[in-house]
Amino acid sequence: MKIAVCVKEVPDTTAEKRLDPSTFRLDRSAGDTMLNEFDKYAVEEAIRLKEAGLAEEVVLVSVGPQKAVDSLRQGGLAMGADRLVLVSDEAIAGSDYLGTARVLAKLVESVGAELVLLGAESTDARGGVMAAALGEALQRPWFTAANTLALEGGTLTGERQTDDGVDSVTVALPAIVSVTKAINEPRYPSLKGIMGSKKKPQEVRSAAEIGVDPGQVGAAGAGTRVVNVETPPPRQAGVKVKDEGDGAQKILDFLIERKIV
Amino acid sequence: MPGILVVAEHAGDRFRRVSLEVLSKARELKEELGGPLAAVVTGHGVADAASQLGAYGAETVYVADHEALGLRLAAPHVDVIADLQQQHGFSAILVGATALGKDIAAALAVRLGAGLNSDATDLTVVDGRLRARKPIFGGQNLVDKEWTTDTAITLVRPNSFQASEVGGSASVEALAPTFRPHSTAVGVTGSRATEGDKVSLEEASIIVSGGRGLGAPENFAVVEELAAELGAAVGASRAAVDAGWYPHPHQVGQTGKTVSPNLYIAVGISGAIQHKVGMQTSDVIVAINKDEEAPIFSFADFGVVGDLFQIVPKLTELIRARKGA
Repeated sequence: MKIAVCVKEVPDTTAEKRLDPSTFRLDRSAGDTMLNEFDKYAVEEAIRLKEAGLAEEVVLVSVGPQKAVDSLRQGGLAMGADRLVLVSDEAIAGSDYLGTARVLAKLVESVGAELVLLGAESTDARGGVMAAALGEALQRPWFTAANTLALEGGTLTGERQTDDGVDSVTVALPAIVSVTKAINEPRYPSLKGIMGSKKKPQEVRSAAEIGVDPGQVGAAGAGTRVVNVETPPPRQAGVKVKDEGDGAQKILDFLIERKIV
Repeated sequence: MPGILVVAEHAGDRFRRVSLEVLSKARELKEELGGPLAAVVTGHGVADAASQLGAYGAETVYVADHEALGLRLAAPHVDVIADLQQQHGFSAILVGATALGKDIAAALAVRLGAGLNSDATDLTVVDGRLRARKPIFGGQNLVDKEWTTDTAITLVRPNSFQASEVGGSASVEALAPTFRPHSTAVGVTGSRATEGDKVSLEEASIIVSGGRGLGAPENFAVVEELAAELGAAVGASRAAVDAGWYPHPHQVGQTGKTVSPNLYIAVGISGAIQHKVGMQTSDVIVAINKDEEAPIFSFADFGVVGDLFQIVPKLTELIRARKGA
């Protein structure tokens, strides 16, 4: 059984992000990049399933610029995943959720994974919609927000977070599942892991190689387009007072003035 | 032509407030985008509640009532809504951004090949076309999006619009759901409500959040007491969650939730960029921190420098006294 883990290169979360004003796309040229933090939980869960003898191979799959190989290797392969397949193609640049889901679906099929794991969302786009989109694109069973997962005899069980509580769910593979940060504590790559990751297979494929129709992805296949970008003035500091025993009263007065209480 | 469909989520014994907010806004959009305005309710034991949506402006309410729709799994809902859309061809489908709503909208977009906007804090109509405003990078930029597909699907962030009743009545039409095999393959074997999760973080109009300044997990009690008095949800900073003081579904920030309540009270939270991007689109921000140099004071509307253990319990008392008066 193979597990594919969808991973993404994102800008460093401690840095300010910006849009390229001419293309309205994320400016990926400046600053440090890293493996999306949410993805580490999915990578960790996949590695644990493999360590428990329940999976033969953990394949990282991704869509993005060619240089993403570096952060995905340092972040994901170094943790213990077996190999990386990145689809990188000019035709894919500018894809929205629909396009990205279509590419990932082809990629998962070409890898032949029965279980696909994703992080809850990416720290740049923050959509949190890819697991559902990919599940539907593959027309396979899917669920989101797993707090726990267990695999036995081809059946996956787990607990998932909902708006109102926690549900226990079960599904026979194949399946697509996104995981929450509660599921595990991702390991830090060991020195050995980092050194070893350089020798692991890191394939970069074009859209055509995995059978993606160029008209269905990139700007051409996008269902939405950006028509305007504004940069609102940064939020200003308001009133700051020192508590002289009257701090609580002053907050209450402020809330009354703003008609909040 | 053919109007707007609002996906109305029914949970427990009520509609989600965000669903009513979206429906109220859709009433306004209909004036320029054209009608009809319909809502769809998919659930189990929801048939009686459906007609309530007429009061918020829905002209027709489509109802699918089925056991599979009573589970909090989105895929069966997608089957029903996609089939409805294929019959009626609504030009816009609006969905409140709850956990279930996100899953429904994402899968529905792929099923229909319709463009998806994953987050909107405003919706307008420009030259007869729907336009969504989406804050990105935690509100650092505001992006306006339009659709290139015949159907526009957008999620709408809670607290973006006011829910308001106009006292209309809706005709209710029952749908007979049919499900795809992959949509009903996941089973639910048990369910439990999370304790203390009475107010969901994304939907709350007031949030009281605690951070490292609380010093210990048991001190979250001061935050919880203030929240209870305000009818607020409890949030937590990454530092507090990483330290194991509070559960992760409550985390606000870059690797937690993005919230836009009417009031956000940050208790013992320094306000690093990581936290700021998750809450800076709140209407009003109040901060309590003992460090007068804390970054939170550079963007809070009202800040008090002082000991949170003195200030917060006193504020709780004052609000309790005011309610009693």
